[in-house]
Amino acid sequence: MSTLETSLQTSAEPLGRNELAALVARDIAPGSFVNLGIGQPTLVSNYLTEEQNITLHTENGMLGMGPEAVGEEIDGDLINAGKIPVTELPGASYFHHADSFAIMRGGHLDICVLGAFQVSAGGDLANWHTGAPDAIPAVGGAMDLATGAKDVFVMMTLLTRDGVSKLVEECTYPLTGVGCVTRVYTDKAVFLTGPDGVRVRETFGCTFEELQALVPLPLTPAAS
Amino acid sequence: MLRFIDTVGEAVAGIKDGSTVMIGGFGNAGQPFELIDALLDSGATDLTVVNNNAGQGDQGLALLIKEGRVRKMICSFPRQSDSWHFDAKYKAGEIELELVPQGNLAERIRAAGAGIGGFFTPTGYGTMLAEGKETRFLDGKWQVFETPIHADVALIKALVADGKGNLIYRKTARNFGPIMAAAAKHSIVQVSEIVPVGALDPENIVTPGIYVNSVVRVSSSGTAGNEGQVA
Repeated sequence: MSTLETSLQTSAEPLGRNELAALVARDIAPGSFVNLGIGQPTLVSNYLTEEQNITLHTENGMLGMGPEAVGEEIDGDLINAGKIPVTELPGASYFHHADSFAIMRGGHLDICVLGAFQVSAGGDLANWHTGAPDAIPAVGGAMDLATGAKDVFVMMTLLTRDGVSKLVEECTYPLTGVGCVTRVYTDKAVFLTGPDGVRVRETFGCTFEELQALVPLPLTPAAS
Repeated sequence: MLRFIDTVGEAVAGIKDGSTVMIGGFGNAGQPFELIDALLDSGATDLTVVNNNAGQGDQGLALLIKEGRVRKMICSFPRQSDSWHFDAKYKAGEIELELVPQGNLAERIRAAGAGIGGFFTPTGYGTMLAEGKETRFLDGKWQVFETPIHADVALIKALVADGKGNLIYRKTARNFGPIMAAAAKHSIVQVSEIVPVGALDPENIVTPGIYVNSVVRVSSSGTAGNEGQVA
């Protein structure tokens, strides 16, 4: 395999889903209040350490959510946003839906981690609707999370199955939120989005130049 | 006026055709299945239903939709792996859908109960769900004007009621119960236990009885156990 050709490249291979989840988990500051979206972002919880003292929020009305419930722990009254039975940790709290979304909208969550169909250069997020005419739209809490959390991290593969970049100049799918995404974790690179444009923090399995060839917008190395 | 009612059938008997009905629950957690079954049996139709979802599997709200009793759904997340009854009605053009971001749904319900005539929220700004709505730049960000959602009736599941109608809930089954109880003109609550006045610690009351009109004890209510595990 290729040697690490630039200082930005931190892995000889692209990252798998679990490696990416572990990386996101490492980047979450100790003591943070965090909401993990349904799907790939849920994997992040597997890599949070006790020392990090992270409190997980679930939109259906709980702080201090524990791991997925198994066997006799399963309780239909204790589920997460994906409607999967979960457990409660010591110090957990329950609250109604308006309070739960006030926690988001009020800027009290430090980080939410979401999946995405597309992220734009300006940090716009599209993750709720393909826009297909026959699709039944369903939004849930995606717009509230995207708008409310202090930092919005996206986890996704960089390319679609057809090899098209999901990091785009302007989203073509219906938007979830405008200018809300601060970081994009992909199998090939970590991107930082903001007023300075899209910067690349590190690459996996490709050089900065190889990455730039895949993404149809100007990238700058974060180090420069 | 608070009433304690013996059966779920009597509890829902006053719900008229064309009513707007809020139904508590997030997925199956907190969904008042027995009250919904009674509403189905009552024959009430042409209903507008407010719920987070649009029914799961072959029970509760899903059956109400299947039987054609629901003219319109106001919800945030209708499409699920097991929402086949809603999916079929929607694709056949037999049910209207007002899709609302979940936090806006909760806040619009809260606003109705709190006497708020509308509010500006950043959620949804710049998206197709805010199209046609008034926007303002307030407090450093663009915000969208949203209006309250009122209802004729709310069907809610709680764990315990006392003799004053004060309620406590159980874990994440609380979800929309407290705000729907306040938003509806008439709230009907199913509980697993009714205790005497004074038996609940006033510090721990979640829904004060002022928001509660009808209470009915349902033996299987309360601990949901595994009843709702269709994800």
